[in-house]
Amino acid sequence: MTSQASVQRGSDHEVVLEVKGLKVSFHTYLGEVKALDGVDFEVKRGEVLGLVGESGCGKTVTALAIGGLLSDNAKVEAGQILLEGKDLLKETKDELRQTRLREVSFVFQDPMTFINPVLSVGSQIAEILESDKGFQAELVEYRIAELARAESKAGLTPAEVEEKRSLEGLKDKKLSKRSLRRLAKLRTLDYMRTVRLPDPERVYNMYPFELSGGMRQRVMIAMALVRRPKVLLADEITTALDVTVQAQVLRLLADLRGKIDASVVLITHDLGVVSEICDRVVVMYAGNVVEIADVEELFANPMHPYTQGLLASIPRPDVFTKEIKSISGSVPNLISPPSGCRFHPRCPKRFERCPLVKPPLIEVEPGHRVACLLYGG
Amino acid sequence: MESKAGAEEAPKSGAMADLRYSLHLMSRNKLVLAGSVLAAGTILVALLAHVIVPASATVDDRAIRICWNNSLINWHIPSINVCPRPLPLGTDAYGRNLLLMIILAVPLDLSIALEIVASAVVIGLVFGSIAGYAGGIVDEAILRVTDIFFAVPGILLAIVLMTVLGRTIPNLTLAVLITWWPLYVRLIRSQVLSEKERPYVEALRAMGAGRFRILFRHVVPNSIYPLIVQSTLDIGSVILTVSTLVFLGFAPSNIATGQTPELGSLTSQGSQYIFSAPWLIIFPGLTILIISLGFNLLGDGLRDVFDPRLRR
Repeated sequence: MTSQASVQRGSDHEVVLEVKGLKVSFHTYLGEVKALDGVDFEVKRGEVLGLVGESGCGKTVTALAIGGLLSDNAKVEAGQILLEGKDLLKETKDELRQTRLREVSFVFQDPMTFINPVLSVGSQIAEILESDKGFQAELVEYRIAELARAESKAGLTPAEVEEKRSLEGLKDKKLSKRSLRRLAKLRTLDYMRTVRLPDPERVYNMYPFELSGGMRQRVMIAMALVRRPKVLLADEITTALDVTVQAQVLRLLADLRGKIDASVVLITHDLGVVSEICDRVVVMYAGNVVEIADVEELFANPMHPYTQGLLASIPRPDVFTKEIKSISGSVPNLISPPSGCRFHPRCPKRFERCPLVKPPLIEVEPGHRVACLLYGG
Repeated sequence: MESKAGAEEAPKSGAMADLRYSLHLMSRNKLVLAGSVLAAGTILVALLAHVIVPASATVDDRAIRICWNNSLINWHIPSINVCPRPLPLGTDAYGRNLLLMIILAVPLDLSIALEIVASAVVIGLVFGSIAGYAGGIVDEAILRVTDIFFAVPGILLAIVLMTVLGRTIPNLTLAVLITWWPLYVRLIRSQVLSEKERPYVEALRAMGAGRFRILFRHVVPNSIYPLIVQSTLDIGSVILTVSTLVFLGFAPSNIATGQTPELGSLTSQGSQYIFSAPWLIIFPGLTILIISLGFNLLGDGLRDVFDPRLRR
């Protein structure tokens, strides 16, 4: 399996995040829930990776494991999570906190409840920048670059020239609280503009309850982006929004792709969303990765019976169907998961070896991997 | 896209609109309005007391002690002393103008009450938020300590403490504070406990915010509303408790004897003359009642104002 991963790395995109053989279990009163059973995938620089599967298949657990945010009853049994080569699972609490602050950031499902209701949204974004010493030099550089851009475009006012000179003197020194505040606010406003919040100066001082769902989700995205993370984990970000706002947020994400250097892991159960903005897709089922492919390839040529079932169950307006097809059965209980391939009890193409052997993830075509015994293994 | 983003117009906002809505909520209820007026009046009297009352007012004048000269109220007491000049509330046992003495007593009582409530709030915030956020053994330890204090009746504990520590104003403050803080620890703890499970706290952790930042900048400000209500309510109750203790004689001698006026001691002093000069006990007692009532009504009103169901 690792050999295939290294083949991938040889392609034009370099790998930012690599999850290898990740096994996570939860200890509950009913028994041990084997939530993730050997999850392998990688995220390349600058791509949007879709992580799809039905509820309870381990998408969110994977994301939380990457951020080191699993609850206390969870245990990582095996595996590695490599962010540019360093294993996040081996980091101490403080190192993990730094990682979350600077390298991996989250956007959550429900923007209503994931923002502190009593602080203005702008101050909550700016606070992130003010809270850590690591951002100071970056803030100064950012502002200088911004002024330089303005200079080449339209020239600067005398005040701005003065500001640029003083900032250049400040480059490696500790900022005063006031100038830190001001720079953080300027950068926050800039990012609020980037996520297309209308009238950022006014929205900066508004409270979450004064904003619409779409605006709140933009605030969350700005909050995640302002730290310039390497990986952005977006967990069901469109689920709580209505369809028109969903489209806006997705378009925003698609447009941001060229402007930010973060790779995006988009967790969703909505294949429509995946087809719209993802580059590659990882399909998960019951704690396993069952298929990985480029998005066009996956939709044109789904190989795993689960993926085939998933695609067949999307209602299509252009084809008249009496009844929407569904995958029979339901997600297995992960306390005692099915033996061998976890999908075999529901699989229409199962044969005698399925309950006996756990299928490995095999590269069947370049860039298209599938974990199914039909294709070997 | 740009135009669509613009269409997502948010409602007109601002602190002013918020404040106006708060005032609207408060003025809707007549009792609350009365409470605010009484509380504001009390604070005003306390601030201006030493300006209104001349220093000479506290000088004894035994010649006119316990006399009455106010034609509006007739006490029907045969042996009543009549003051040489009209006085609104008569004179006390030292021959001083009772109204001025009551006015002088207000800042003393109010400042003691504010000190106690403010200290209890600070203690409650620190220990309550730590207990709620840390959980586990820290929580248990802090809670068991509050249990010990809850187990002993408040006034009794204060009396014991005053007896042991000595009868001074700081000790009086300390004694009442010691009986009062556990309530605030409990209150804040339960708020923090429910607040820390909210999704935005998880989001903050996911963003790499530190524990203290999450607790004191995000969780505590979200937990503070019931505390504002409780502390307002408690100003009234603390004034009542303090004056009770002074009434019972737990105060420095200059206060206990009524030389330095305090509402409890004025009442206590008047209780000796309850049949011959009832105004001496009625008016200081009434003042305690009005002040407590005012802060209680205001506290109830604030509860309405902060009620999230009316807000969001």
